Amino acid sequence: MDLIIEGIKKAFLLFINLDPEVINITLFSLKVSGIATFISLFIGISSGTAIALLRFPGKKIVVSLVNTGMGLPPVVVGLFVTIFLWRNGPFGFMEILYTPSAMIIAQAIIATPIVMGITVAAVQQLPEKLRLQIIALGATRSQMVWTLVKEAKLPLLAAVMAGFGGVISEVGASIMVGGNIKGYTRVLTTATVMETSKGNFDIAIALSIILLVMAFLVNLVLTLVQQRRRPN
Amino acid sequence: MKTDRVLHCLVLSVIAIFLLFSATAPVSAQQKNIILATTTSTQDSGLLDVLIPIFEKKTGYFVKTIAVGSGQAMAMGQKGEADVLLVHSPDAEAKFVAQGYGVNRRLVMHNDYIIVGPGKDPAGIKGMKSTVEVFKKIAAKKSLFMSRGDNSGTNSKEKAIWKASVIDPEKEKWYQQTGLGMGQTLNVASEKWAYTLADRGTYLALKKRLGLDILAEGDAILLNIYHVIEVNPAKWPKVNAAGAKAFADFMVSKEVQDIVKVFGVDKYGSPLFFPDAGKKVEDLGK
Repeated sequence: MDLIIEGIKKAFLLFINLDPEVINITLFSLKVSGIATFISLFIGISSGTAIALLRFPGKKIVVSLVNTGMGLPPVVVGLFVTIFLWRNGPFGFMEILYTPSAMIIAQAIIATPIVMGITVAAVQQLPEKLRLQIIALGATRSQMVWTLVKEAKLPLLAAVMAGFGGVISEVGASIMVGGNIKGYTRVLTTATVMETSKGNFDIAIALSIILLVMAFLVNLVLTLVQQRRRPN
Repeated sequence: MKTDRVLHCLVLSVIAIFLLFSATAPVSAQQKNIILATTTSTQDSGLLDVLIPIFEKKTGYFVKTIAVGSGQAMAMGQKGEADVLLVHSPDAEAKFVAQGYGVNRRLVMHNDYIIVGPGKDPAGIKGMKSTVEVFKKIAAKKSLFMSRGDNSGTNSKEKAIWKASVIDPEKEKWYQQTGLGMGQTLNVASEKWAYTLADRGTYLALKKRLGLDILAEGDAILLNIYHVIEVNPAKWPKVNAAGAKAFADFMVSKEVQDIVKVFGVDKYGSPLFFPDAGKKVEDLGK
């Protein structure tokens, strides 16, 4: 118990003193996971909407695959991304293993199915009649899709939160493709693992608390946007 | 619609961050990066945090330190995915070099392994000199023993001692494998009142939180020797041979050896490693 109180104190001290290393790690975590989430939004929302609106054979299988992908284990993603990015692997010429870019790629792969799955559910739960109505009002196909996406924006914000929450808290892929290199690819989760194995439990707890607070703040902003009363 | 505006702001700020990122992302100058695959003990002890910045400042190289077990480090070298290795698994290293994967293997430093366990010492091994006898006694008493089980240098050493004791513990109930690093394995051993083999550096660094005492030490078999090996560029043309050589030279330089000699004294009261550059393995521990 003392250890946890010590950790909380430490977290406070690290933040009050603006410890440059901790601040950098925190900002870097936000940057990597932010960009990865952003990429996953592009891919996830567009393809999720397409899956939800189009009728095609095997749709149920595709949707279950996407839903399975929502639970994609980060270590599995990490392993495959590592193998693909090896110097002597298929994408070795890019030379991005153990760089932030590799971490963004891995995290985007983890977040995309999450965003896609929630998008499919969000768009599918819109009443069928709405779609007919929009078309009846003379909207083009792309206008219709855009209106539907806007209509589903509240659950889509949940997708943003779930995607971001998934990648900011993930450690398996980041440590494999990033390598936890000091001042370069070290994020809050990988630093926590390292400090734990170094026996610096107080710092590890402090980092976890910073991670939790940061995840909370990001979700708070998104929730405020989501829960805002909609103007009539 | 206010919500829309907020959303726009959000999206725009993310794009801004993205652009900023792509602008500031370091350009990958191929021959400026060195991938150093090393064991967790060199990172967990904090030694590399001291040495790497000096090396980078001196040479302009950027070192990507990947801290894994010695087994995995050598697997990376075997695939040409690392440029230089700092490892402590002599038998496997000799094989690695003999097979042509590594060149210019040089002695850097050593410390030693110790056998730690609960203060109550249920197997009664305290103070025993022969490590082989210690292992035999633990097996005879069926006392719980935690193994790393991860092909690391420490794990290889442990397996070699079991072999020398003519005991195969793999299927025994009292023999458990964590598959974790040294620090975490020590934590598990402490929680379960178990014995384990540990390198002294990691044990000293963690000692204050562990309920484990040093029960046996000082046997010649317990030497823990670190070598630096350059990955053979003839096998893998993409390897940064010049960078690897520069790093290996640096590790055996007088400057580094002097740092190693005193590293840890201020924090733990005794050094964590003993510098050995230029010595012969046979002369260590004498």
